[in-house]
Amino acid sequence: MAEVSISNIEKRFGDVRVLKGVSLDIADGEFVSLVGPSGCGKSTLLRIIAGLEMQDAGSIGIAGDPVDRHRPADRNLAMVFQSYALYPHLTVFDNIAVPLRMKSLNRLERTPFLRLASGGYRTKADEIDRAVRDAAALLDISHLLDRKPGQLSGGQRQRVAVGRAIVRNPMAFLMDEPLSNLDAKLRVHMRTEIAELHRKLGATFIYVTHDQAEAMTMSDRIAIMMDGEIIQVGTPDEVYHAPVDIRVAEFIGSPKINTLTAEVSTDGRVSLDGTDIGMQARNVIGPVSLCFRSEEAMLLPAGQGRVQGIVRHVENLGAELFVQVHQPEQDRVLVVRTGRGDGWTEHLGQPVGVDLSLQDVKLFNAGGRVIDAGLDQPIGMVAANG
Amino acid sequence: MGATAPARSFSRKFRHQLLAMGLAAPALVLMLVLLIGPVIMVAVISFTDYSLGDPDFAWVGLDTYDEMMADDIFRAAIFNTLIYAAIVIPGSVFLGLGAAMLIESLSRGRAFWRAVYFLPVMSTLIAMAVVWEFMMNARFGMVSQVLTFLGFEAKNWLQEPETALPVLCLIAIWQSLGFNMVLFMAGLTSIPRDYYQAAAVDGVSGAWDRFWLITWPLLTPVTLFVVIITAIRSFQIFDTVHVLTKGGPDNASMVLVYQIYQEGFEFFRTSYASALTMVFLGFILVLTLVKIFAVEKKVHYQ
Repeated sequence: MAEVSISNIEKRFGDVRVLKGVSLDIADGEFVSLVGPSGCGKSTLLRIIAGLEMQDAGSIGIAGDPVDRHRPADRNLAMVFQSYALYPHLTVFDNIAVPLRMKSLNRLERTPFLRLASGGYRTKADEIDRAVRDAAALLDISHLLDRKPGQLSGGQRQRVAVGRAIVRNPMAFLMDEPLSNLDAKLRVHMRTEIAELHRKLGATFIYVTHDQAEAMTMSDRIAIMMDGEIIQVGTPDEVYHAPVDIRVAEFIGSPKINTLTAEVSTDGRVSLDGTDIGMQARNVIGPVSLCFRSEEAMLLPAGQGRVQGIVRHVENLGAELFVQVHQPEQDRVLVVRTGRGDGWTEHLGQPVGVDLSLQDVKLFNAGGRVIDAGLDQPIGMVAANG
Repeated sequence: MGATAPARSFSRKFRHQLLAMGLAAPALVLMLVLLIGPVIMVAVISFTDYSLGDPDFAWVGLDTYDEMMADDIFRAAIFNTLIYAAIVIPGSVFLGLGAAMLIESLSRGRAFWRAVYFLPVMSTLIAMAVVWEFMMNARFGMVSQVLTFLGFEAKNWLQEPETALPVLCLIAIWQSLGFNMVLFMAGLTSIPRDYYQAAAVDGVSGAWDRFWLITWPLLTPVTLFVVIITAIRSFQIFDTVHVLTKGGPDNASMVLVYQIYQEGFEFFRTSYASALTMVFLGFILVLTLVKIFAVEKKVHYQ
């Protein structure tokens, strides 16, 4: 168990700068997710931490010591691969035993037959046997130990891969999209299992995923990566409710955050479609992006509320409904969450009004950075209408 | 309508089968004429006393096979063929694997070395055999001159009973190594990189451990295929013997196919050559069965 520090990591593949000076400190026992769209460099960063890839500049530290010159084998990290990379010719038991055999047996003891010449082999083999069985019991795969990977289901393979990682108490666990090969139901289930495993082991986890839901549900902290940079690091609450960049706001949360175009006048007043909405923005003039989440708005009868549109579609998830409001003029669709039984299903194709919960609204400037803004009157939902 | 429907479907089915047979016919006819027919003919002739050019023949049953069992040259041929295979198979398989792994590990110049090792495969073996004969020549051959320079005694390697067969083995290894190497290279590139990376993280740091944990087991299907192919080619050895030693000296390099050739086309003892051919066919058949059962059924992991 140890903390992992990433400082100013740079990586190029040919002319492409994949990582542009990435820094991140991960505390001992913390579960940190690296999340971002494909090609943002998150997997490359993980592979640099593991030592499978060499950085062009910067340094990786584990437990306070730089490990840049250490081979992967000497970094004492465990990694779970997206493909699981289980050795197909070995049984589950042997797969899990590989890291232990490499660590505690010398070359003689790893050689069939010759190993019997070594005095200590029996005791070591018994220790390995016990450790493998303990790991298997923890993951509930004890009954699979004699099978080959080819005979296992996706979820079972995933557990074996995790078993191979936890069996030797590494400094930290690196996971590279370990759930992306599973079906949707199993993926949700394994999220819980991995989070539980993290609590049980109390170890440092670095988890790479492109799925913001995985990151949100499991992590202590999330690092959102875009184009080779970390643009925000924070708890799930922080990145959801206080995104510093519009790309974070758009990436985190489902359905995607709604974006309107607002205008900031020279005196800092924010107006939407020519109407002052009672907000004051600082240090910005001109068009800004006004973002709000589906639950930060409410539907009103047509003519009321700050935004007008037509109900195009209603997504019924059972407990809640997501109403898609189409604004034909801007050709824009806003998604508003409503409770069950609010009757909006019947309004399909009908005009409707939307009002925003102004204290939750986020403003972003043209460069995508969040803008400091304040309400004129700090109150709840403003049903501002005539 | 009801009455004509089955008739129509019958005629369609019939036409379909006719078409299938028509398409298969050229290959089938060729196989019958060039492969299966001759094999049956050879089997039949081996039970007669027929010799090439004879107007008559008589049925002699297993007499030819009895004669073969008592034939010292036949025993030498079988023994030499097996020795030859026992040297050439491991030699060309392991050197091929070694060359493939060395070339794969290069960061540059792979194409060059691949070509270097593959050149002998593309050249005509008979022509190359002549080149080897020159190199082995006791007086002006390059090999002999180098050995003399190093203080060893130069010999005419191809005419010494102890060295004739080993030299043929050497040539065969040199010639087939490149082919095996290419097969192994294909096998090596098909091993997912993930396994090596997982192994690196798991603490496997040495090339030796990496080889035994991943490369060797995952290459098993390729290795078995290469071994069988090399074995079949080893049993078929003929050209180098014909060009370089003619089975000599004193049958020291007599091999099965060369004896078949001698008996059939130099001594015109067609029936005896046919019986030898049946033995040869038996060996190849066994190897083919091993290939079918071992390679195609047993060694796939998925």
